[in-house]
This record gives sequence, C-alpha cells and structure tokens, in this order.
Amino acid sequence: MPSRLVIPFKQHGGEASKPQVKAGDHVLKGQLIGMPEGYISGAIHAPTSGTITAIDEQPVAHPSELPDLCATLIPDGKDEWIQLEPVDYREHTSEVLQQKLRMAGVVGLGGATFPSDIKLRTGKYKINTLILNGAECEPYITCDDLLMREHAPEILRGAEILRHVLDAGEVLIGIEDNKPEAIEAMRQEIAELGFDFDVVAVPTIYPGGGVKQLIKVMTGLEVPSGKLPNEIGVQCFNVATSRTIFRALELGEPLLSRIVTITGNVRHPGNYDALIGSPIDELIAGVEKLPDTNGYIMGGPMMGIRLPSVEVPLVKATNCIIAISDKLFPPAPPALPCIRCTRCVEVCPVELQPQDLYWFSKAKEFGKAQTFSLFDCIECGACSYVCPSHIPLVQYFRFAKSEIRVRALEKQNADKARERHEFREYRIEREKKEKAERLAAKEKAALAAKEKAALVAQEGAAASTTEPPAPTSTEAALPKE
Amino acid sequence: MLSALLVMAGVAIVLGAILGFSAIKFRVEGNPLVDKIDAILPQTQCGQCGFPGCKPYATSIAGGESEINKCPPGGEEGIQKLAELLGVEPIPFGGDTEIKPKAVALIDEDNCIGCTLCIQACPVDAIVGAAKQMHTIVESECTGCELCVAPCPVDCISMPPIEEKITNWKWKYPVYSLARVN
Repeated sequence: MPSRLVIPFKQHGGEASKPQVKAGDHVLKGQLIGMPEGYISGAIHAPTSGTITAIDEQPVAHPSELPDLCATLIPDGKDEWIQLEPVDYREHTSEVLQQKLRMAGVVGLGGATFPSDIKLRTGKYKINTLILNGAECEPYITCDDLLMREHAPEILRGAEILRHVLDAGEVLIGIEDNKPEAIEAMRQEIAELGFDFDVVAVPTIYPGGGVKQLIKVMTGLEVPSGKLPNEIGVQCFNVATSRTIFRALELGEPLLSRIVTITGNVRHPGNYDALIGSPIDELIAGVEKLPDTNGYIMGGPMMGIRLPSVEVPLVKATNCIIAISDKLFPPAPPALPCIRCTRCVEVCPVELQPQDLYWFSKAKEFGKAQTFSLFDCIECGACSYVCPSHIPLVQYFRFAKSEIRVRALEKQNADKARERHEFREYRIEREKKEKAERLAAKEKAALAAKEKAALVAQEGAAASTTEPPAPTSTEAALPKE
Repeated sequence: MLSALLVMAGVAIVLGAILGFSAIKFRVEGNPLVDKIDAILPQTQCGQCGFPGCKPYATSIAGGESEINKCPPGGEEGIQKLAELLGVEPIPFGGDTEIKPKAVALIDEDNCIGCTLCIQACPVDAIVGAAKQMHTIVESECTGCELCVAPCPVDCISMPPIEEKITNWKWKYPVYSLARVN
C-alpha cells in the first residue's frame, strides 16, 4: 500500500470529471470522488479508504509537463469498501449498463482511455464482430499477456457481457503469436465456459495492437479514413477493459487498480497490480532501479512519454513504466536532412507518405498536410524509428495536428464573435428604432390628449371621465418585427 | 446561309435569356470579397484598425482604401493570408504596432461599482451585470479587444494574458540539433 495516492481528475479521453470531495473528507474504497461531466467523460473513485488531504494542481504524466487538478489521498490502511451494487447484465437495457459503466469509471485500458460506455452506443450501426484486443500495444509491454494467463475467466465473461449488449454475431480474440501461453490459457477457458469464441493468433508486428491495424489483420476489413470501427460493424475492446467491465457489472467494483509492466533498467522487471494514483517513485523503489538509470518512460518505447519527475501518479492509461539508461535507449543522434529515401513510406501502417507530411509540417503548410491525410496518422513512431537521417517525424506530425486543431477552434470562436457582434449591432439599431417609435407615439398621444382636453373644455361637460384615454405609449411602441 | 444566321441568332437569344434570368435569380447578396476578407480577420472587433469592427475594415480593404497591415490581433499570419487572397505582396506592420499575447478581460469584482459603462463598450456582449450590480466577464465569449478597459471609471478591468494550461497546451515546433556534415 503506497504512503499516498495522487488521483488526477482527468484520466480519460474527453472532459475532466468534477471533484465531489473536499480536503479533509474521509472516503471509503470505491467512493466516487470525481463526477463525469459532459458526453465523453469518466468517473474517478477513491482507490482505497483514507483521508483526502488536498485538491490542487499536482505534476502529472503529460507531454507538456504542466500540472493538473488532482486529489491527494492518505490511506488509512483499513481498505474499507463502500457498499457494492452488482447488476445482472441480462436484466437491464444497454442504456442502464452504459450509465453503470460510466459511473464505474470504466475506460479503455489499452492506453487511449476512451470511455467504454460510449463504445457501447452503437447508434444505427449493427455490430457483427466483437474483437478482443490481446495484442500488446508496443514492445516491452506484457501486462495484457499476464492478464490473459491469470484472469482468462474474467476476461471471457466480460466479453460475453459485451457480446450480449452489442448483440454481436461473432467474438474474435486477437493475440500475438509470441504469447503461446496466453493463447493456450484463453482457449482452455473458452472450452471450459462453453463459449463460442475464436482465438486468433496474429503476427507480432508493431503496431499490430492498434485498433484499425488489428481489425484489418483479423477481419480483412479496413476502417475508412475519418470513420470509427462501429461504422463497418466491428467493435474492439482491450482484454483488460473486458475484465474491468465484468468486475464493474457482476461485482459492482469501479476501476481502482490496473496491471502495469515495470521494466527496463531495473533489477526485478515484471507486472504489478497497482492502485490508480500510486506515485511512480514508490513503484520503482519496489523493483530496484539499476545505478545508471537516467529517466523513465510512461507507456511503450515507441509512443510513451518521458516523465518529468518520478513523483507523478500512475493513471488508468499507464500500461508500462520503463526505466531507461543510455545503454538501453541511446540518445538519438543529431538529425540529418531528409534524403527522400521513402523508408518511412514502407513502414507506415496507415500507408501515408510521411516524407511529404514532414515537408508540409515543417513548412507549416497545414492545409496540404490535411489533404495528405495527416489525421489518419496514429503516431506509432515507426517512421521516426527507421529514418536513416534520424528526423523526429512524429514530433512534426504532432505539432501540425495540434496547430490545425487550435486553428479550427479559433475559427469557431471568431465565427461566434462575429455572430454576437452582428446581433449586437442589430439590437442597437432595433432599440434606436423602437425608441424613435415610442417617442413619436408619445407625441401623438400628447397631441390627441390636448385636442381632446380642448374639446372637453369647450363642451364643459363631465363626460371626460367616461372617455377612454388615448392608446398608451407601450402599446403603440410594440415592435413590428 | 439565312437559316444558319437564324439558328445562330436564335441560340444567342436563348442563351442570353438564360444568362439574364440567372443573373437575377442567383444574384449574390453583398460583396463576396468582403465576406472572404472578413473570414480571415480574427473578429476581435477591437477597432485597432481604425474601423468600428472587423466587417467595416474588410469592406475598406475590398474597396482598396486600406492597407492589409492594420490588424494586430490577426498577426503576421493574418497579413500573409490576406496577401494570398488578394494577390498582393505582404507588408510588415508599422513600427509602433504592438502585438500582445492573447488575453481575456478580468473585472476586479470587489472594486466594480456597477456603472454599466463596460457593458455598453463590449462589442460582443461578453459582460453581464446591471446598474449598481457587480459586473462579470463571460470568459468564453471575450475576444480580448480591450474596449472595456478605457471606459471603466474605477480602473477595475485588467487584461491578464491567457495562461498555458494542460487543457489548452499544444505541441511545439520540434527543436533538435542538426549534424554538421564536413
């Protein structure tokens, strides 16, 4: 049990969750501390019982190295659970189960942490094939391999829930062929549970664990550019996500821990079950780093991010922590100019033209980069890896992508500002007109009253009380629009 | 010969009628060039160009009466885009133009006296409040034009630049060392 847990309120794709506790509160294991906000969001829970000591900005694992809002929890060591509420998935509609998963904080554990409840909303598309992704994202990572060997029943029962909810025809489980033990364990368990699932051994080629790549290898179907897998009748879940879904529904347990591979330059590399929010330094202390360690990567060697410090917490996305040294990961040699050898084209899993995208990104010709399908790039890093000139291609692509996104947002804001400005001008104009009309009506009314008064005075009668007054100014001033 | 002439004349009349009809039927309202220029301008409505808003400036550029370097919020990139659209050479900003980082107005709510002067000055209705009540900025709508700063009689409006946070952070242009080839 770590000495303290630092739990970020944003550990998932979409919007950050909203804090539900304040400093000084005592929380129980599994208690909701972050309420999902917005369509794409996830809940955050206390991973153990204890006292919340602070809700403030703490360093987190993010390429920007900027801090983010986190809750700090000091465990009381009792590990006291809240009342769990399991549900029977057969008795509820898909919407109820989606809400349950959303409130259990279930997100994709392959690394992208996309909220799982959204993936169950298939809309108008019929899901024919459900794929369980048992192919590791990157070299070095073995957490899914271990999970399949040790927890095959829970993974498979989770898959059965998913099959039921999505009403999928077939269930395929893709496992890389370098994990024979996992394949064997899953096959055995399928036979024992009597499920009609197929385990498929897929070739171990990076980035074979990418969703679109795995779907292509397993079904032969290609997910079109800019579309989601469910639009071609396929939905894909990571094996760890499947297990979490099983636990969230059948046991009522929210997502509180995950299996993480701690490897690289350490004495006892392996897979560990760690609570969300565990400080990385305490995890590293448990595996003994070797003396020449000079940094840590969260995620795999290809797509992972260099940690700003080891004080950052483990989050739902942390599938791997690699201790690095100059011997294990030699620093990149200085870059040379691009010689247009097109080796990057040969390795690109999405069949892009990285060398062209590189030129466009470098020259900040974002429009052209977009027409060359920049947004289909999965940032796998294969192009940077093979580049004989050692150009950090992916960095350029990330830069271009985020610039394009910012520009789109600015454009949207500008359009909104234009609309508001135009409406304001219209309103001012309208108010002016109304005022003029009101004034004219008032003058007219005053004139009419005067005439009437004169008439009344002439007649000298008491009829003036029964005479209706001239139309009031508000009635006359009603706008015509 | 005559029949050929007649056919040609007939065709000309028919086509002329179609053209004339479409000129009326599919007439484009307003000047499309003004809209294109207006789309490039950042819509801060700040008036730094000397016009009361972005649209009047766009109209002036389209009429050839203004230079394209009068919009500091649009930055160098705005000038580039305008030059590209209009087919002219980009020109740099004048010497005294100050390009500030993006900012959002902030009212010091303890000192606000509720005079509504800033509300009247705001070009995009991004300030809420009423007479003798505290005012506040609707941050998401503020364009950072600074038009509310000057009218405030108690100087309680400041323009803090937008801080870089994890939510608005973006990837930087890659910087790395190049190898020297001897």
